[in-house]
Amino acid sequence: MRYLLRRVGFFLLTLWAALTLNFFLPHFMPGSPINTLRAQTKGRVSDAQLTEILTSFGYKPHENIVQQYFNYLGNMVTGNWGVSLGSSLGTPVSKLIGEALPWTLGLVGITTVLAFLLGSLVGTIAAWRRGGVVDSVLPSVFVVTSALPYFVVGLFLILFLTVDNTWLPSSGNYDTSIVPGFSPGFIGSVLKYAALPALTLLITSIGGWVLTMRNNMITTLAEDYIRMGRAKGLSDRKVMLNYAARNAFLPNLSGFAMSIGFVLTGAILVEKIFNYPGLGYQLYNAVQSIDYPMMQTLFMLFTVAVLGALLICDLVTVWLDPRTRAKG
Amino acid sequence: MTTLTSADSAAGPEAPVGPPTAGRRRSRASVWRAFLSNRKANVGFGMFFVLLVMAVFPSLFTSVSDPTAPARFTPRLTPSGAHWFGTTSLGQDIWALFVYGAREPLIIAVVAGGLATIVSVLVGVSAAYLGGIPDDVISFITNVVLVIPTFPLVIVLSAYAGKPTLTIMVAVLVVTGWSYGANQMRAQALSLRNRDFLESARVRGERRSYIIVFEMLPTMISLIIANFLGAALYSVLAAAGLQFLGLGDPNSDSWGTMLYWADSQSALESGTAWWAILPAIGIAVLGVAFALMNYAFDEISNPALRPVRRQRVKKLGTRRRPTRTPATLGGGAGNE
Repeated sequence: MRYLLRRVGFFLLTLWAALTLNFFLPHFMPGSPINTLRAQTKGRVSDAQLTEILTSFGYKPHENIVQQYFNYLGNMVTGNWGVSLGSSLGTPVSKLIGEALPWTLGLVGITTVLAFLLGSLVGTIAAWRRGGVVDSVLPSVFVVTSALPYFVVGLFLILFLTVDNTWLPSSGNYDTSIVPGFSPGFIGSVLKYAALPALTLLITSIGGWVLTMRNNMITTLAEDYIRMGRAKGLSDRKVMLNYAARNAFLPNLSGFAMSIGFVLTGAILVEKIFNYPGLGYQLYNAVQSIDYPMMQTLFMLFTVAVLGALLICDLVTVWLDPRTRAKG
Repeated sequence: MTTLTSADSAAGPEAPVGPPTAGRRRSRASVWRAFLSNRKANVGFGMFFVLLVMAVFPSLFTSVSDPTAPARFTPRLTPSGAHWFGTTSLGQDIWALFVYGAREPLIIAVVAGGLATIVSVLVGVSAAYLGGIPDDVISFITNVVLVIPTFPLVIVLSAYAGKPTLTIMVAVLVVTGWSYGANQMRAQALSLRNRDFLESARVRGERRSYIIVFEMLPTMISLIIANFLGAALYSVLAAAGLQFLGLGDPNSDSWGTMLYWADSQSALESGTAWWAILPAIGIAVLGVAFALMNYAFDEISNPALRPVRRQRVKKLGTRRRPTRTPATLGGGAGNE
C-alpha cells in the first residue's frame, strides 16, 4: 500500500513539475509571442485583437506572474485550454485535439501493443533456442532496425511500397470520397491508409522489445527454478512460457509504459511524413505556426499519457508480482 | 528515440572492478581488447570511421567546395558522371551536399553525446556519493526528467528558441539527454561505494574528489563509454528529426536539413529522389554505427549475451546476472 501511495505521489509531483516547466519556458525564452503573431498574421489582425487572443490563452504580460501561474494550472486541469492560434485561428484547442486524438490512439495504441507482443515473442524464442538461426541472425538485424530513424523508414516505405498512391496510400487517413461511418468500405480504407505509418512504427520499435526480452530471458534461464522445471519433466513449452517468459516479461512492463511516450514521439515524425492527422501532426502544425496554446496543451497531454501509462503499469506489476507487494 | 543502452548494471558486480592500480589498468586494456575482437563493434566502428573521414576531409570526396550555394548548376539533373547523384531543384550538387552534410551530425553526436555523458557522470556519482537528502533530491529530479517525453519537449524548446543555432540545439539535446545515464551511473556508483579499495583510499585520508576521480571513475569506464554511445545515438536521431521538421537552421548544411529541403520540395515525386535517399542513408548509417558499438559494449560487460559460439550454453547456469536492457533510451528505468 505504501508503495502504491509513493507511486501516486511521484505521478502527481512529476505532473506538477512538467506543467510548471511548460508554463515557465515561454516566459524565459527569447522572442515575444505578440511579435511572432504580428509577423505571422501580416497585419490582418489588429494589435488589440492580437492581445485579446493572447490573453485568452493566458499570456498576460502585465499581470502578476504568480497569479498567471495558478490560473494556468487551473486551466490545464479543467480542460480550459484556450483557442488555437494556428491555421484554424480561434478554434478551441480542445476541439482540435478531440478530432485528432482517435487517429493517434488507434495508430499508436495498436502498433505499440503489437510491437510489444510480437517483439517479446521473438525475443523469447531467440533466447530459448540459444545459438539457433533465430538467435544468431536476429539480434544484429534488430540492433540495426531499432537505430533507424522513423522518418528514414517512412521515406523508404513510401519510395518502395506506394505505387501511384492507390495500392498503399502514402498520405492522409482515409479515402475522402467515402462517407465516414461503420461501413466495411470506410473501415477498409482506414486500415489501408494506416498500413504504412503503422508499419514504420512497427519496424522501428519492435527491435527494442526483441533485444530486451532476449536479454531478460537469458538471465532468467540461468535461474535454478528453470532447472527444477526441467527436472520435474515438464514440457519444454511449459518451462519456456510459464517458468521463464513469465518472469522475464515482468521487468518489461514498465519499459512498455515508457515506450508509449517514445512511440508518441515517433508518431510526430511518422504522422508528419504520412500527413496523418493525429496529435503528432497537430504538434508539427502548431510548431510551424507558432501556436503556443496548442503546443502547451499537446506537451501536457504527452506527459500525462506517459505518466498515466507508468502508473497503470505499476499497478499491474503489483498485481502480478508478489515481490513488489512484500516490499511495500 | 529507439535507442539501445547498456545493460543496467544496477545490482551486479559485472563492471570490471579490479584491485587497485595494476588490476584496473589491466581491465581497461581488456575492455579495449574485447572491443577489438567483437564483430558488431568492428562493423560499427568501420561505418563510423568512413563517415569521420568524409566529415574531416570532404574535399577528398567531391570537388564542389560550397555545396549549399543555390543555382550553381542546372536544377533537377539526373545522375551522371559530372553529378553522381544529380542535382536538387535548387541547383545544388546532391553528392556534395551529402559529403559536407556529414559534419554537423558528427559534431552533434560527439559533442552533445559527450556533454550529456559528463553531466550523467557528475549527477549520478555525486548523488550516490552524497547519499541522504541530497541523493533523494537529485534522484527525484533525474526521474522527473527521465519520464517527461523528451522529443516533444525538444520540439517545444526549439520552437521557443526560434530557429536554433547549432549551440542551442546541442544545449537542448544535453538538457534532455542526461537523465538516463545519470540513473545508471548512480546505481553503479552505489554498488561501488563500499568496496574495499575505496575504503582503503578513505582510510589513507584521500580527498573525496580524488577518490571519485582517480579511484571510482576508472572502474566505471565501460559503463561510461556505453553511455556515451547511447547518448550520441539519441543526439543524432533527435537532431535529425528536429531538422527534418524544419526546426533547425535552414541554411545549415547537414543531413537533417537536406532531408527537410528534399521533403519540402517533394524530391521523391519530382525525380530528385537521391536528394532524400542519400541523407536518409547517412543518418541511418551513423545511427546504426553507434547502436552496433553500443550493443557490442553490452556483450562485453555482460558475457551472457555474447554469441554462443564463444561460450558454451552449459555455463549459463553458473551465475545470476540481473540484466535489463531497456528497449528505449530511458525505457524501464523510471521505476524506482
